Amino acid sequence: MKRGELIESLINIVLLSLLVGIAIAIVCMKDLFAVVMLAGIYGLISASFFVVMDAVDVAFTEASVGAGISTLLMLVVITMTGRTEHPTRHKPLLAIFVVVVTGGLLIYGTFDMPYLGAIDAPIHTHVAPRYINESMQEVGVPNIVTAVLASYRAFDTFGEVVVIFTAGIGVLALLSVVRRRDEDSVIDSINDSMHEQHLILRIVSKMMIPFIMLFALYVQFHGDYGPGGGFQAGVIFASAIILYVLLFGLSTARKVINQTLIQLIAAFGVLFYGCVGLVSLLNGGNFFDYNVLSSDPIAGQHLGILLIEWGVGCTVASVMIIIFFNFAGRKEFQQRNGNLIDNISKKNKGI
Amino acid sequence: MLVHLPVLQVIVPLMAAPLCLILKRVQLVWLFTLLVSGIAFLISVLLLQQVMSSGTIIYELGGWEAPWGIEYRIDKLNAFLLLIITGISTVVLFAAQTSIEKEISQDKHTVFYVLYLLSLTGMLGIVATGDAFNVFVFLEISSLSAYALIALGKDRRALWAAYQYLIMGTIGATFILIGIGLMYQMTGTLNMEDLSQRLPEVAQTRTVFTAYAFVIVGICLKLAMFPLHLWLPNAYAYAPSIVTAFFAATATKVAIYLLIRFTFSVFGLSFSFTTLPLQIIFMALGMLGIFVASTTAIYQTNVKHLFAYSSIAQIGYMIVGFSISSVAGLTATLLHLFNHALMKSALFLALGAVMYRIGSVQLSQFQGLGRQMPLTMAAIVIGGLSLIGVPLTVGFVSKWYLLMALIENGWWPLAVLVLLGSLLAIVYVWRIVEMAYFKPSLATHANVKEAPISFLIPIWILVFANIYFGIDTRLGVQVAQAASESLFAVSVSDITIIEDSL
Repeated sequence: MKRGELIESLINIVLLSLLVGIAIAIVCMKDLFAVVMLAGIYGLISASFFVVMDAVDVAFTEASVGAGISTLLMLVVITMTGRTEHPTRHKPLLAIFVVVVTGGLLIYGTFDMPYLGAIDAPIHTHVAPRYINESMQEVGVPNIVTAVLASYRAFDTFGEVVVIFTAGIGVLALLSVVRRRDEDSVIDSINDSMHEQHLILRIVSKMMIPFIMLFALYVQFHGDYGPGGGFQAGVIFASAIILYVLLFGLSTARKVINQTLIQLIAAFGVLFYGCVGLVSLLNGGNFFDYNVLSSDPIAGQHLGILLIEWGVGCTVASVMIIIFFNFAGRKEFQQRNGNLIDNISKKNKGI
Repeated sequence: MLVHLPVLQVIVPLMAAPLCLILKRVQLVWLFTLLVSGIAFLISVLLLQQVMSSGTIIYELGGWEAPWGIEYRIDKLNAFLLLIITGISTVVLFAAQTSIEKEISQDKHTVFYVLYLLSLTGMLGIVATGDAFNVFVFLEISSLSAYALIALGKDRRALWAAYQYLIMGTIGATFILIGIGLMYQMTGTLNMEDLSQRLPEVAQTRTVFTAYAFVIVGICLKLAMFPLHLWLPNAYAYAPSIVTAFFAATATKVAIYLLIRFTFSVFGLSFSFTTLPLQIIFMALGMLGIFVASTTAIYQTNVKHLFAYSSIAQIGYMIVGFSISSVAGLTATLLHLFNHALMKSALFLALGAVMYRIGSVQLSQFQGLGRQMPLTMAAIVIGGLSLIGVPLTVGFVSKWYLLMALIENGWWPLAVLVLLGSLLAIVYVWRIVEMAYFKPSLATHANVKEAPISFLIPIWILVFANIYFGIDTRLGVQVAQAASESLFAVSVSDITIIEDSL
């Protein structure tokens, strides 16, 4: 037992010092591609740290969001902004001072904290015991995290879904460009010539995409029993589609995926989640009171959780796709304008 | 259905946002948004009535009781705030369709309304909830939509302004989250009521001190309190006019609400004001804010910038009232919160009308507008008088209460300073009046006409509110007084030390 604890704290020390090292490297580096890669690794190591802490649900989310999709999105961004950071002349003395004060305050704050994992820490004695002891009778879901997120604190989760929806709408508002259909074929031919080089990747990933989607559905419906749920499933599902876009080009993907439909699905997910709450209102309960959804409270809880997770999955997946499509569409827009400018300057030289 | 009013207050605009995306047709979306905002306003009126007559309303979301589930807790303070937010939102929306026609490209109109509703939802959610983490979730909704709304401005500098706001706002939100996390670690609960009971036990720990510091600094970033205000002027100046009118009247008010809520209800007066030297810090920063921001406002050439700096100065008045930490002081702050919302929404909406007609709000472009847009300019003058605090306007009422609160404590020098601050307001308001009424019209403005009726109606509703509530002060004063008394009743009950500091 003693030895197990020693190894665990050793693993923690290694993981945490890796995190600090990577964070410092990210700050110092000028090569943005390397920074994005390091950010992805940072996400993955945080996920491993969460696993060691037995927070597998959080780890799963961090792995799929922090290490997965956000790395992808940042990669798309650096294709537009260029690979290296501009050198800055000014010395950010004030900023360093503020950061040091903030960091110092945070360290000061840790002095009176209860020890990690202490049995008598307030977080283990006040609210948590009911979740641990009663949730099986009250909610009837083996995964306590799901019980808390989807039932006890369902309204927070609803808020989180709306946050993601807002992010998608924000990207739509700022980055969406009006496409001219007659130019699609030109871009198609450019893309085709580019993608010919990635034949092996194309074939392998084509084989993988169905399995990724299947896994997403498994995560979606297995959230009650193991780590997972709508958030992770949505991200995984979206990444299957993003993989397709990466290898087959935006214009091909547009033929498969209708942009307007995706927006509607994003809206639908939020509405669907909210409607579960409205139905409980109509059945005489409070908002998100799943007990009244069915004659048997436990069955009602099961039904409620299943339905809202479905809403979460829909919104998360479609918002991720919206964000990626708009980022990539912006890149395409830039390229197209760049080509135009090139052509004009060539003509001018000719004259 | 009446039992469910607290949650409907937030859910109605929330569910309407994705519905807008499905409706698609712009005219329809606008009418629908207006209708939804109107319903939200109605709900808030009912809630305020209910709270004033029968006390705090508690609503358990999901049917789980408080520390385990999330509860909505509507008392006099947040019912008042809900009324302000939904009221302003509804009036401003009347002018929205006309205004954004010239400021936002056609294909983004639907998205604009979706974001507007989300922003409204976020603010209402922050105010209605009784759960500290739930505050953070809705703060994210309101912030994200605010960044996008500001970036929609016609001027390309709007993007930079939104980016600055994004960085500052995210730091603020993260600080609040860190604070909430530390509080959870020390108490094991996220419910505000429960926190207020469990925090005194651990009040002397360094962790709780850190938690308080992070929460307060985070909120002050959001509320653009004097040294942390740098994001605000550009964000207000380059955002679409409607967005500025809506945010100037509501967004910072929500942050003030959070400051009051966390200081008085969650941490309690004894912790915030007696163990920490907060009174002197807030008093000094508030006063500095009034003078620095008012002086800066005088030198602005863009009228939106001018009123943005004036907003920072007005926040200073609210902070001063807050720092007195007496019933009278808090009443003055709450009153000013209500009154400032009325003034600034009227002023920024009038600027929106100017923007609509002449496409600019540079001070030099205001030459002779007093004759060409008489009704709009008259509204700016009355709004300006209210800002200065002339009797018979709402501005006078709140300044009066603030002075009374200061004098009650015997702080004469500070009372004089507050009066001097108002003199600065006269200077910057006069600069606009001078331009509009005492200079000849510009040749390029020969064809400029009065603003369209869709602008004039909401502007004058707000102007009349400025005058009406300046004469019949019952609504504002009664609610503000009741709210601050109830906050003190809760806060004072567990301590006696306060008596000394009063």
